[in-house]
Amino acid sequence: MDRMLTIHVFRYNPQDPDSTPHMQSYYIDETESMTLFIVLNRIREEQDPSLQFDFCCRAGICGQCAMVINGRPNLACKTKTKDLPSQITLLPLPFFKLIGDLSVDTGTWFREMNTRVESWIHTQKEFDPAAEEERMDNDTAEKIYELDRCVECGCCLAACGTARMREDFLGAAALNRIARFVLDPRDQRQEKDFFEIIGNDQGIFGCMGLLGCEDVCPKNLPLQDQLGYLRRKMGIYALKNLRSTKKTC
Amino acid sequence: MVETIYTDLLCLGAGLAGERVAIEAAGAGFDVICLSIVHSKRSHSSAAQGGMQAALGNSVMGEGDSPDIHFQDTVKGSDWGCDQEVARIFVDTAPIVMRELAYWGVPWNRVVGGKGSYYKGGQKFEKVEDAAKEGLITSRNFGGTAKWRTCYTSDGTGHAVLYTMDNRATQMGVKVHDRIEAIAMIHDGETCQGVVARCLRTGKLRVYLAKATLVATGGYGRIYKNTTNAVICEGGGQSIALDTGLVPLGNMEAIQFHPTGIVPTDILVTEGCRGDGGTLLDKNEDRFMPQYEPEKAELASRDVVSRRMIEHIRKGFGVKNSYGDDNLWLDIRHLGEAHIRTKLREVDEICQNFLGIDPLHQLIPVRPTHHYSMGGVRTNKDGAAYGLKGLFAAGEAACWDLHGFNRLGGNSLAETVVAGKIIGGKVVEYLKGASVTFNTAIVDGFIKKEQARISALIHGSGKENVFELRTMMQDALMAGVGIFRNEKDLEKAVRTIQEVQERAKNIGLKSNGLGANPELGLALKLPGMVRLAQCVAYGALQRRESRGCHAREDYPARNDRDWLTRTLATWDEGADLPTLNYEAATPTFELPPGERGYGGGKIISADESEA
Repeated sequence: MDRMLTIHVFRYNPQDPDSTPHMQSYYIDETESMTLFIVLNRIREEQDPSLQFDFCCRAGICGQCAMVINGRPNLACKTKTKDLPSQITLLPLPFFKLIGDLSVDTGTWFREMNTRVESWIHTQKEFDPAAEEERMDNDTAEKIYELDRCVECGCCLAACGTARMREDFLGAAALNRIARFVLDPRDQRQEKDFFEIIGNDQGIFGCMGLLGCEDVCPKNLPLQDQLGYLRRKMGIYALKNLRSTKKTC
Repeated sequence: MVETIYTDLLCLGAGLAGERVAIEAAGAGFDVICLSIVHSKRSHSSAAQGGMQAALGNSVMGEGDSPDIHFQDTVKGSDWGCDQEVARIFVDTAPIVMRELAYWGVPWNRVVGGKGSYYKGGQKFEKVEDAAKEGLITSRNFGGTAKWRTCYTSDGTGHAVLYTMDNRATQMGVKVHDRIEAIAMIHDGETCQGVVARCLRTGKLRVYLAKATLVATGGYGRIYKNTTNAVICEGGGQSIALDTGLVPLGNMEAIQFHPTGIVPTDILVTEGCRGDGGTLLDKNEDRFMPQYEPEKAELASRDVVSRRMIEHIRKGFGVKNSYGDDNLWLDIRHLGEAHIRTKLREVDEICQNFLGIDPLHQLIPVRPTHHYSMGGVRTNKDGAAYGLKGLFAAGEAACWDLHGFNRLGGNSLAETVVAGKIIGGKVVEYLKGASVTFNTAIVDGFIKKEQARISALIHGSGKENVFELRTMMQDALMAGVGIFRNEKDLEKAVRTIQEVQERAKNIGLKSNGLGANPELGLALKLPGMVRLAQCVAYGALQRRESRGCHAREDYPARNDRDWLTRTLATWDEGADLPTLNYEAATPTFELPPGERGYGGGKIISADESEA
């Protein structure tokens, strides 16, 4: 535990006319069980109170603290320094709008994404407060929760080749969200409804299959499976639809 | 020129309580804006693991459950500190709200019919779930309850419900302005009219004017050094309400310590671990809770389990750790791989990520740590705050008061959505009859005051370091206002916090304060946090009895004769202590004060004459 860590941090405050993008280095003694949450807060409190970064739950639950750590997007709060070399480079997540230093605006993007994919149950049924709840198989509930565990941290988009090239790409987070609703028997949307949202280059057909998303997802969501499943499902729908369109012509 | 935004309902906070109220108002056709200091899906509701109590009685171990039994558990849990009218409304409404959440999309775990097993106190038992209940919302066991009543989605209940709620809010047209922090409440002495807020993207000030304002900013755990709470839980809403000098905060001394924070980070592992059959072990790896609590053992209420753990550590049974204190062990190894990796997967991840251990094979080091604030903005049963018209509060930010001096696990997450629905309905009634006149001179006065504070911090000659002052406040509460309290330590805490308050008038920034500067953000908040800390410390000093989580070594009995009351703290401008008043804990007694059935301790009954 006698390492001196060198933390290279991207600095830029767009609100300060004198600020220009640059890297700044901080030096800090490593301590037991040290995480990047501890490192960055110590730097702010002891060395540089202007340093901007985002933490919230600091327990790997809320997705607030994603950043690029030695070249790889991950949640900073659960990243232990003992798993890193003594030279640590921290960059803000690409793809999202920079707020300052390591802080990026994931909230705006995810709110728009949720609106675009209509991330809610679509049903004609009315809620009846006097009635027993509609039954659901527990296995189905567990499968939905498996996909519902996404924390909207943005790591998958930061690691996505397509997202780097087209900013309107929905990315694995949104496609996984769609997969979650496809699974849910309460959602009455049909294949054609989902196809309208993701059956295009902004959606599932924009995915190049590089699968950086799967590699970096801090919640280990089965993104590869979901992307494959949706691609196949939407591809078959497109082909069927193409044929039926021809017939009617 | 400061941007001004008008709306019908302004919710401070976009966690479960704030969004549930917002949805109700949006559903009635009102314009609603929620302010949130983070992306709404990161609100601290998302970190709640275990579940929500509601007497659905679908699982076999919950058979025969009813709102009446839930009511009794809640009142006993509160050590008779709660408002019984509120508890009654809550328990009656909770089952409906769980079903509504299912309708909105929450993937609740469901009953699986047939034979199964469960663990209690380390022993394996058989159970047979009723096949006729297959597919209904199931429940798990939690502390201080007579039945298995806690509805859950794995151990990510808060996350699953918040995601459903936030999406529902989007569907209903609720606008969320994230990275916006309210820093002052605008009022004319009678009616709350909105807030002055600071944008956490640009640092610019903004005014929100509203017919009704809701405080739903969660707890204020970060006034303590060690807490399970997220770093955003700094009591922003309570603090600006207190600053009006008109709105009282209720029972601020009622602070819950959770038995199982992990060492050293104080990250929570859910009560569901013990509910699902996990046990607490000491340095000899002996199970010790049954010797203190023969009936409830690990599943007594949180205040009791936390106290027993400290008692056991003080007797020398703690495990010395390398961080300079003692911990105990949480053992869930016997629950097995299938259970841990599905029903306790968040716990599993936390253990792997933050402790580097596998809970299937290793013991989890735990200690009681700060977790929850029963106190908050005092409201009536409709959620309307005392002191100002047009101001409401819900969830942990409020003192509604469902929890009294100890809340049961699973009751607070349920409170967010149940209170949200009920108070949402009352807000709608209020909005239907409300028209409000905004006086620009008053609004400008509030803006100027905040601009002056910011300017003084950036350009003034203050020398005090904001981080050091925060640490001083946090350490004072840790040392003096913990699980066990006494006059000497409390007095010391009060004095230290007074000193911090005085020094906080001289904060000077080391950085330039431009944009979303975090040092300025904290400097604006700290004086309010210090006042909250003082309400906690001073309220605890004045309450000369032990009730629920408030355990006075010098006044060990629960005193129903003199202290069956709720503390109401207000703060006069320029004062160095809060003004404390008291009101009856409950307007009616459906369940008269009696024994809780766990925790021991003496009771001075209301009928006893003064000694």
